[in-house]
Amino acid sequence: MGAVTITLNHFSAALVFAIFASIVFGITHRETTREMIRYGLYCFAMFVGGVIVAGWAMWVLRR
Amino acid sequence: MANSTAEKAKVAQPESVSMMAVLAPAIGWLIPGAGHIIQKRWIRGALLFISIVTLFLLGLAMQGRIYHANGGDILDMLGFVGDLGAGALYILTLANDWGQGAIAFATADYGTKFMIVAGLLNFIAVADAYHIAIGKKQ
Repeated sequence: MGAVTITLNHFSAALVFAIFASIVFGITHRETTREMIRYGLYCFAMFVGGVIVAGWAMWVLRR
Repeated sequence: MANSTAEKAKVAQPESVSMMAVLAPAIGWLIPGAGHIIQKRWIRGALLFISIVTLFLLGLAMQGRIYHANGGDILDMLGFVGDLGAGALYILTLANDWGQGAIAFATADYGTKFMIVAGLLNFIAVADAYHIAIGKKQ
């Protein structure tokens, strides 16, 4: 796409993905505003937590 | 008089609901979040638009690859289905010949996945717009 190029590292790419996917999940999977925010935050925590846990699991397996 | 007005309203309501049930998903697919916006869910629509469009554009900026209909193998076809969900963004990308993919960068593969996920998230947003239109969700 044109001259605009962005290079994200692994963690920031996962973080960006987690933010936007959580927003969509929160809005589409719950009824009330409060529930949407809570579920969005829960999804975000699960995405980022999953990345950290998977990262440490790979570190352990590599040793 | 009052009864006839009420009867007319009863008759008119299913028609407008069925019209919206077709219109909202169609517009929502073409422009992410627009299916919510035409049903006056302004903030939800704006947030969906920002999330899905940003994810797709980031994927393009990361030099991700866009899939075509005649990709060949099954994984390419699945990628095409995902990309197709982005609606006008996908059409615009194809028309401008963007999204060629750069195999020299590992992160370009992330860009490819970002675009597929943006399309898949838009499918979820379209389903949500439909549920609002038929009254299954507020």
